Amino acid sequence: MSDQNPHHNHARYWRKNIVLVLALLVIWFTVSLGSGILFRDWLDANFPKVGNAPFGFWMAQQGSIICFVGLLIVYKVLMNRLENEEGFSSKN
Amino acid sequence: MTQDHWNFLFIGLSFAVYIGIAVKSRAASTKEYYTAGGGVSPLANGMATAADWMSAATFISMAGTVAIVGYDASRFLMGWTGGFVLLTVLMVPFLRKFGKATVPDFIGDRYYSKLARGVAVLCAIFICMTYIMGQMRGVGVVFSQLFNIDVPYGVLIGAAIVFVYAGLGGMKGITYTQVAQYCVMAFAYTIPAVFIAIALTNNFIPQLGLIGNYTAGGETVPFLEKLNNINQEIGFEKYTDGKLATIDIFCITVALMCGTAGLPHVIVRFFTVKNVRAVRTSACWTLAFIAVIYLTAPTIGAFSRVNLIEKLNNTSYKDAPQWFKDFEDTGQMAWVDKNGDGKIQYFGPAKSEAKTSSPFQGKKPVYPESTAPDSQLRGVHGERLLTNKADMTNPNELWFGNDIMVMANPHMAGLPPWVIGLLMAGCIAAALSTAAGLLLVLSTSISHDLMKKIVKPDLSDKEEVSYARIAAFIALGVAAYFGINPPSAFIAKTVAFAFGLAASSFFPTLLMGIFFKRVNKQGAIAGMVTGIAFTAGYIIYFQFLGGTKDQWLFDISPEGIGAIGMLINFAVTLIVSFITPAPPQEVQDMVESIRMPDDPNADDADSAPPVTH
Repeated sequence: MSDQNPHHNHARYWRKNIVLVLALLVIWFTVSLGSGILFRDWLDANFPKVGNAPFGFWMAQQGSIICFVGLLIVYKVLMNRLENEEGFSSKN
Repeated sequence: MTQDHWNFLFIGLSFAVYIGIAVKSRAASTKEYYTAGGGVSPLANGMATAADWMSAATFISMAGTVAIVGYDASRFLMGWTGGFVLLTVLMVPFLRKFGKATVPDFIGDRYYSKLARGVAVLCAIFICMTYIMGQMRGVGVVFSQLFNIDVPYGVLIGAAIVFVYAGLGGMKGITYTQVAQYCVMAFAYTIPAVFIAIALTNNFIPQLGLIGNYTAGGETVPFLEKLNNINQEIGFEKYTDGKLATIDIFCITVALMCGTAGLPHVIVRFFTVKNVRAVRTSACWTLAFIAVIYLTAPTIGAFSRVNLIEKLNNTSYKDAPQWFKDFEDTGQMAWVDKNGDGKIQYFGPAKSEAKTSSPFQGKKPVYPESTAPDSQLRGVHGERLLTNKADMTNPNELWFGNDIMVMANPHMAGLPPWVIGLLMAGCIAAALSTAAGLLLVLSTSISHDLMKKIVKPDLSDKEEVSYARIAAFIALGVAAYFGINPPSAFIAKTVAFAFGLAASSFFPTLLMGIFFKRVNKQGAIAGMVTGIAFTAGYIIYFQFLGGTKDQWLFDISPEGIGAIGMLINFAVTLIVSFITPAPPQEVQDMVESIRMPDDPNADDADSAPPVTH
């Protein structure tokens, strides 16, 4: 299967994949468990309100979900780009 | 047209669509039965997964929970959406590349062990069974309201419908019905929210209304401030404050997220698309469609909280709106006139010395037999009487079930009857789509993983589908039985169980199977067994054997203990793996190959032929 294609660099592809996933998970943790729960009180007190909602509360009930959708879109775009660069490009 | 006519119209129309789709796209082979032939478009799969994921409980109860507990409900909102990020970046692209039909399949092959496969099958069956019972109950309740029949008949009708299109149609049949069901659910959920947002905040986007101003009643104040004020006035916590300990809500959210990423019925949905790229696209669509509902739920919760208090508190029963009396008749709301002033008073725990707020003794209202004399059925103001004794330690007089917020919302806002008809159809769609998805995983777990892979390896393709249908029939029978005779306290408690179990068994085992080549059979089995034993033991001790709150480990409730069970599974698996021999070379090669995306230049035998519809 894919092993025969000389353009592929498996090790490099996998390393870049891991770096991307870790970066996304750091953001994922920050926007949800971080700002929605752990640092919520501090954010409520020190961050600007979103409309009339305290920042931490808004992140917990709305903002985190919006960020999750954004994260998946970024993941899809960057992974497709990575695959093209590493020679796994798809014809369709 | 009356309300009943609208209900029948919407539900009848939606059913005609579902059945039509199911008949048109029924499965002919095991491949179509298990994974719809692998040719579903990412957009369609996204909608189907969203419908599969959002159960009747999510659809009906979640907004109600938000309304009652405010900030604390964020654990569900974040947990059940954040899990999809984990699922997408850590699990499904690789499992799709692996190319087999079920989750126990992967565990069995990756850990080259029948025992590991067996443990995975048991977990899958338990998780799905737990869920499907609740769904059948939900369908039964809606049907019973609709046709004025007893709940058991409602459950049986629901079971028959699910069997027709899930049991016969397989994955291919349910995928396309779920697409239709998602559309019904999304409209049913958002339309009432838009109307109510306009009425309360003068903003037609509910999410902006929530962070905007409250404008009904001539005043303009920040909406959340208004909500905090009226909550505090009648003795509840501020809406935007939480009651749960930070560590507890943290652990519960983690358990829900990781549990979501380990739920077999969600994972298999991604086996229906063409290739790894399609999986990623499909995951984006799925989360976007789920976000439509999850971003609306907190707004419905907040709006209906204000509506409920404004419309009912300190209103005399005689002037109370008609919907209150209707819900009283169906037993979903109740009023106990403790002070005898004929007015409905609603108070929170802070208004009594005992810090209680239950209007009567016992958890649910109990009514006298309908044959009892009139004086026992109706009070002096015409209210429905209960046989429960009033709880005189607090002044609260109003009782309502968590489930009514979504159903009562259109009534409270005075919306036209067709909106309520649409909502009924949406509710049934939510229950049916989830039940069908679960039933499929349940039947394939039995026919494929248990019969074909463990008990009788020489099973032919055709026999396997027959076994799947028989298994679906039996599973549905069991689910219907528990839907009719709910072990009521049991179901609510087992949901925590299902997520805890998924988080402490499937999630770490799948994750390490993909990302750590060195993890072997011994490690995985030891990890799964200790993870499950710890989580199950903790939940059983506190939920069923009478453990008390002060014995909680680090203040973590049984709901959140899956997070700790997961850490134990990770630790045990890694330690045991490193002191036992590495897995065989062919397994390591297999892990290497699933990490690589599809190669379009290679002749990929795994990728399914395109299916035409």
